[in-house]
Amino acid sequence: MPTPAVPTPDPKTPDVETPVRAVAPSALVVRIGPISALVERRTLVMASALTLVVLGLALVGLCYGPTWASPAKVFDALTGARGGSNVVIREWRLPRVLAAVAFGAALGAAGAVFQNITRNPMGSPDVIGLDAGAYTGALIAITVLSGSPAQLALSSVVGGLLTAAAVYLLSAGGGTSGLRLVVIGIAVNATLTALNSWIVLRSELEVAIAAVGWNAGSLNGVDWADVTVPFAIIAVLLVLLAVQSRAAQQSALGSDVAVTTGVRLEPLRLRLVLIGVCCTATVTAVAGPIAFIALAAPQIGRRLAGAPGIPVLPAALTGAALLLGADLVAQMLLQPVSLPVGVISTAIGGCYLMWLLAKEVRRR
Amino acid sequence: MKDARRGPGALTAVLITALAVLAVVAVVSVGVGAHAIPPVDVVRALVAFDGSSDHVVVRDIRVPRAVLALGAGAALAAAGVLVQVLTRNPLAEPGVLGVTAGSGFAIAVGSALGLTASAVGELVVAVLGAVAATLLVYSVGRGSPLRLVLTGVALSSVLAGVSLGLRLMIPEVFDKYRFWSVGSLAGREQAPSALPLAVIAVGVVCALLLGRQLDVIALGESAAHGLGASVTRVRAASLLLITVLAGTATAIAGPILFVGLMVPHVARRLAGASVPWAMALAVVLGPVLLLVADTASRVLLPTGEVPVAIVTAFLGGPVLVWAVRRYGAAAL
Repeated sequence: MPTPAVPTPDPKTPDVETPVRAVAPSALVVRIGPISALVERRTLVMASALTLVVLGLALVGLCYGPTWASPAKVFDALTGARGGSNVVIREWRLPRVLAAVAFGAALGAAGAVFQNITRNPMGSPDVIGLDAGAYTGALIAITVLSGSPAQLALSSVVGGLLTAAAVYLLSAGGGTSGLRLVVIGIAVNATLTALNSWIVLRSELEVAIAAVGWNAGSLNGVDWADVTVPFAIIAVLLVLLAVQSRAAQQSALGSDVAVTTGVRLEPLRLRLVLIGVCCTATVTAVAGPIAFIALAAPQIGRRLAGAPGIPVLPAALTGAALLLGADLVAQMLLQPVSLPVGVISTAIGGCYLMWLLAKEVRRR
Repeated sequence: MKDARRGPGALTAVLITALAVLAVVAVVSVGVGAHAIPPVDVVRALVAFDGSSDHVVVRDIRVPRAVLALGAGAALAAAGVLVQVLTRNPLAEPGVLGVTAGSGFAIAVGSALGLTASAVGELVVAVLGAVAATLLVYSVGRGSPLRLVLTGVALSSVLAGVSLGLRLMIPEVFDKYRFWSVGSLAGREQAPSALPLAVIAVGVVCALLLGRQLDVIALGESAAHGLGASVTRVRAASLLLITVLAGTATAIAGPILFVGLMVPHVARRLAGASVPWAMALAVVLGPVLLLVADTASRVLLPTGEVPVAIVTAFLGGPVLVWAVRRYGAAAL
């Protein structure tokens, strides 16, 4: 995941500060070698605060379990000393916590990408059926093929891409209403969800049991073997996204602005959609469809950052915090039983969606 | 509804054809299942019952189930026509709008609290749930047809999440009500169904009688006023019928999506601009769809059954896409 660039306002070049102040008093210039970037002060504060929240939640996640481990013990386990209860922390809790962070960040980033492209806060991948499509792909990999991690990842990406293409083509040609795309996505989602249930019901019992626990999206039982490859894929995707972020930010200001500032819009959109679908599909291949994070994280992050458009970095950090928090709630609510995190996120996400709609009505 | 009104003769022919299709589908659906029974035996079991095991299966399991599908299908389709005409929204449907989900959730909670011991109690809880969901969705989503759909979907997902959570939290109480989250007719034959079916029959008759007034309302509010229709009263009656029909159908079969969307579209195309005829056709075609879906639900798996709501959702998604594409550009 993209670590926020460390703010290093170089003291040797005070002349840089002056023109920047002329542009925006709240901005800083970050210089790392030949690369320089303009960073809003508020974005920096927000990113650091969110990172702290994520670290805090991650610590709680490492401490929490059937037996509570003190933070000191957690540090002990992370820094050395194998054996004993350290195995629990390093082999069971750590992959789960890291998965929550990485998957949350990936979902939040994917949500930001799609909400920017559809220009609609409801146009996130979980609402418009991309999760369900990726899940269909994953189910086919499990039931028809042998279900190796590579097959899972590939077929869920293919499923997600086909769904995205279907939703896009079906909603094309009737004006550019974002709502239209969202409702078509919901229809596609309904069909795919029905198909998924049928595949699960049809499959062998042990596959079905594994997949049903997974139907709502769950991090239960995630271990290192499941997550190393997805972590690498997500890291690459997030770096790719960070590279595009400036152009994406321009396009968020409007197509005209983007085109006049030298952004080639169509190729950019295609790249962004590909990255977003791959983020969603990678998460779904491991954890099943986790709703709500991609829907809410970009909107919450946007408000925290106070930025125009829907910036990706706050969305990713908020997504990590949300998924970590939701997973902790899922573990605590019914202990010793651990709920699928998707149950928590669906219930909260639906409420959030309704609030979003109610607010839109009131604004009229 | 671009075509002009068809003559009553042509419409009667369409209605009779639909009834014939319904009869065939009903006989086939009674014959198909874990134990297949040829149509000839099905008819014989109905007219000359001889006590053989095939005939017992037909009389005690298959026919009651088909009757339930008939009732639920007619109720959902009639409610669908009412919603679509009333809100003038081609995307509206009790299932998509979350009315059946609210009703199903109310039954699940009511059962856990012991309120649904009697058939009357269950029905009251189901209808109250439908009313609450209708009011909530309408107050949040009014203004745009698409927003109404989104609100319904959001409400359904909240309720699905909450009821799954409750089920895991108090498994001994909620596990047997798993049924209320996904509509299915399997195993429902044995439940007492006389009261809900009677309510549906009355509701459907009222909906048919209301058709004439709705025809006037469909012209627009001011035109309806000018023609002397009592718009408020017709609206209130329709709303009452929608919630009662959708709630009762849910009490029979659990939440079922998209039947109330698909059938009214077909019926309104066949009927031209006439609401009473569309209602009559929908009341016949709704059971056809649900019987076909229920029959399919029995053969789609090597063993066991798919809940019928999954079959209707699979079929209904494409219809919603079509409806958005067909009506979306003009209305939205």
